[in-house]
Amino acid sequence: MTTGMRVVVVGGGLIGTWTTLFLAKRGLDVVLIEKGIVGAQSSGVNFGNLRLQGRHPGQYPLSLRSQALWEDIDALIGDSCEFEKTGHLYVAMNDAEQEKLEHHARVAESHGLVIERVGRDELRRRWPWVGDEPQAATYSARDATANPRLVSVAVARAAQRHGAKIVEHTRVTQVRRSGAGFSVETDSGSVVDCDVVVNSAGAWALNIAEAFGETAPMFAAGPPQFVTEPLPYQIIPSVQAVDGSAIFRQIPRGNVIFAGYPRTAADPVLNRAPVPPVKTLNGMRHLMKIAPALKSAQVIRVWSGIEGYLPDMLPVIGASETTPGLFHAFGFCGHGFQVGPGVAAVLVDLVLEGRTDTPIDLFSIGRFKNAVQISDKLAREFDGPAAAGGKAG
Amino acid sequence: MRNVVIVGGGPAGIRAASILVEAGLKPVLVNEARRVGGQGYRAPAQSLALDIKALMGSEAGKYQRLHSLFASLQERIDYRPGTLVWGVHEKVLHTLCDDVADTLPYDALILATGATDRTMPLPGWTLPGVFTLGGAQVILKDQGCLIGNRVVFLGSSPLLFLAALQYHKSGASVAAVVDTTPLSAKRAALRDLAASPRTLARGIMYRAALHRAGIPIIDGAAPLAIDGTDRVEGVRIKDGRGRERFIPCDAVAYGYGLKPETQLAELAGARFRFDPVFRLWLPETDADGRAGGDLYLAGDGAAIGGADAAEASGALAAHALLADMGRPQPEAQLTRLRRQVERLRRFQRGLARAFSWPVAQATALADDTIACRCEAVTVGEIRAAIHAPLGPREVNRVKAITRCGMGRCQGRFCGPALQEIVAGACDAPIADVGRLRMQAPVKPIPLHAAAEMEP
Amino acid sequence: MSDEPGQKAPSGQFVRAAARRGATLRLTIDGDMVEAVEGDSLLAVLLLNGRFVRRLEFGGAPRAGFCLMGACQDCWVALGDGERVRACTTLAANNMVVWTDPQRAHGNA
Repeated sequence: MTTGMRVVVVGGGLIGTWTTLFLAKRGLDVVLIEKGIVGAQSSGVNFGNLRLQGRHPGQYPLSLRSQALWEDIDALIGDSCEFEKTGHLYVAMNDAEQEKLEHHARVAESHGLVIERVGRDELRRRWPWVGDEPQAATYSARDATANPRLVSVAVARAAQRHGAKIVEHTRVTQVRRSGAGFSVETDSGSVVDCDVVVNSAGAWALNIAEAFGETAPMFAAGPPQFVTEPLPYQIIPSVQAVDGSAIFRQIPRGNVIFAGYPRTAADPVLNRAPVPPVKTLNGMRHLMKIAPALKSAQVIRVWSGIEGYLPDMLPVIGASETTPGLFHAFGFCGHGFQVGPGVAAVLVDLVLEGRTDTPIDLFSIGRFKNAVQISDKLAREFDGPAAAGGKAG
Repeated sequence: MRNVVIVGGGPAGIRAASILVEAGLKPVLVNEARRVGGQGYRAPAQSLALDIKALMGSEAGKYQRLHSLFASLQERIDYRPGTLVWGVHEKVLHTLCDDVADTLPYDALILATGATDRTMPLPGWTLPGVFTLGGAQVILKDQGCLIGNRVVFLGSSPLLFLAALQYHKSGASVAAVVDTTPLSAKRAALRDLAASPRTLARGIMYRAALHRAGIPIIDGAAPLAIDGTDRVEGVRIKDGRGRERFIPCDAVAYGYGLKPETQLAELAGARFRFDPVFRLWLPETDADGRAGGDLYLAGDGAAIGGADAAEASGALAAHALLADMGRPQPEAQLTRLRRQVERLRRFQRGLARAFSWPVAQATALADDTIACRCEAVTVGEIRAAIHAPLGPREVNRVKAITRCGMGRCQGRFCGPALQEIVAGACDAPIADVGRLRMQAPVKPIPLHAAAEMEP
Repeated sequence: MSDEPGQKAPSGQFVRAAARRGATLRLTIDGDMVEAVEGDSLLAVLLLNGRFVRRLEFGGAPRAGFCLMGACQDCWVALGDGERVRACTTLAANNMVVWTDPQRAHGNA
């Protein structure tokens, strides 16, 4: 049962648009409903890393499947969205961090990635802008970057070309069971009947999950990001301190985009994410520690967004445990950009075949029925209030 | 005793400070520039052999009184010159002085941040030799320099005539004054302009003086382009009768009036409303400058009104602050000031018609015209993005897709035109296409400014 | 500041309308020595002696500043130690080394 099946995808971010595209390419009747405009939330304001180093071990099969799709993006959607295979440099400042790097490297290698270990001297020889403090690094050539502002819209356009219907400025108000399918009501008064619902509503996804008796302890936070004026292009790889205090990349136009933990609280109700100036100063200081050559660069702009996070720092991906035909994909904890197309491919497997070869049990929504694993990243990577509070939705 | 901070050392900020000092407070006055006076009342260095009184003309007396006032206040306030306020968050100002970042908490904040020129893209407007109208005046007052040998004053603003005359008196060759608003619009605006008869009379006098000096004044012209390879070589226009003309020159003073610098007001929590007369988003205040939450706005940074309105609104904001502290303020004084501000702002609405923002020019711009100076984004790129399927229909989304407004100036000089271009391409009312959102830093700050902060 | 290395520009964009009294400063602009007077802004010095202040990062078109009051950010130049300054709001200083092309400033690869 493929053609003739109608799917409603709720939420027009990366996950929703990629899923819509892939389902439409398989001949399904797909309607994407987005409360605002496609790609405007987390999907449009994330860092733009297509990072393979340092991922959760259980995510690698999904990540690698996704990266292969990214590498084919021009053929898939007719737009490269500034995809660049920049490589990724993971930097350690001391022995303890260097051990962490080694651990991450072995995990990555066990999944087939090629990781180079780089000592202090080689680090400075190959990347002269690196300062004296970094002691070692690992380099992964397959990692890449792209421009998040462009992707969701470009994917949605491609989906339209394959017959998908994209509905913007329309909020889903109610999803009801209707026979073997669903009835999706919106604030424009329209009702869409369908066979399958994909819940990719990001920081707002719990509304749907809870209507079907499922939930997750998701909270909203924003990744403050900063950008410098355009500078002579010299930093080619995407760079990250292993403790997350500095994350940066330079685009060919010259601007250096940088970010760092802790993330700030975000307000999904007000739909705003102001960046406190002190975070900007922190980010600036941490960037200088790794790349002191940038010390005279001028910071010109900052932004943040609204992302859904879960305490174990893993997303929810998979079939509903209560309701056949309902599929969840939300709460990507700030790392959804890279896995986006892979998640969409998995969802297509689930919708069409009821199963997938890519391991996703780790991401099941049912895991929250037991005691929640709190990731140790939570204290390090978030402000108190963001970690403690505000259940999103 | 409340901790009051005033940002801006122009006429509004200085007047506000004087009222607070009279009431026994010691406000902090933060000034981005090294010397007070703002733009209009800039004080040249002593070393410059500039006859500032001659330049200021009829306003010389007010100029000197303002500077004397500041001199008398200086010991009684906490004065912070050369200090940029780059952010505001939770009642703390984030500052940068001599490349060192610091913080300044406040109980109440008066923002008197002034204005800058409003500009419309034009083919060739990024050429060396094109400067804003305000800039042409500032470089003369501040540095004793003319922007070029042979200058065209182009745009629409009462300052066109004043600046041209100042340049003529300073020895420049003024090739022409080209006003894009027709004379008929000025006649139609006379009733509002009569709200400030002396200013109106001055304007007429400036025109007459230029005429006597043999300087061509071309009304109702349509600018076509500023020509030149690596620098300005001339201005091409269609005059009021539709004839194409080329005016050779090596510099252009270009502008369409002023627009308030509202970035800090936005960060400090002011709400904004679209003003259809000025076609700008302006911060909302009551008649005395209250913007809510211990925030007060004064001077051209709140609404364009000129130096006299700046002084009056600065005083009003200070009075409002004192009244909100529970101290009754002299009602007669308040009434007088309110009337003065209202009258001057009505005059400005008349000026908006007499020297109009050229809306039609925005939609007529050729696709290859640069709209965003900082990022070199063309009008065509903006239109193409809007017309693509699922294209953006709001200025912040247009910015995200095209990069217009992402550069160092953060939309100061492309913002108003961007609104018009987006409204035109979407066929939507300008109030519906949004306004560019601001985050800190409101001006560029160097990475090393963060070096001395505690982690 | 010169358009060609080692050659002095024939004339500048700006014209002095009022003389300035004060200490003579010597600056180097793109390798050429230029004189200024204490109190001159860096932008004034650049444009009294030349026709542009920088080249746009995208395409290389020459720029000479625009608003002259610190708002447009179109006059950023690099100093000898790699420091970046906005020319219109920075005072010229004795022995200042100025590059209109940031690639040539010390500290940038």
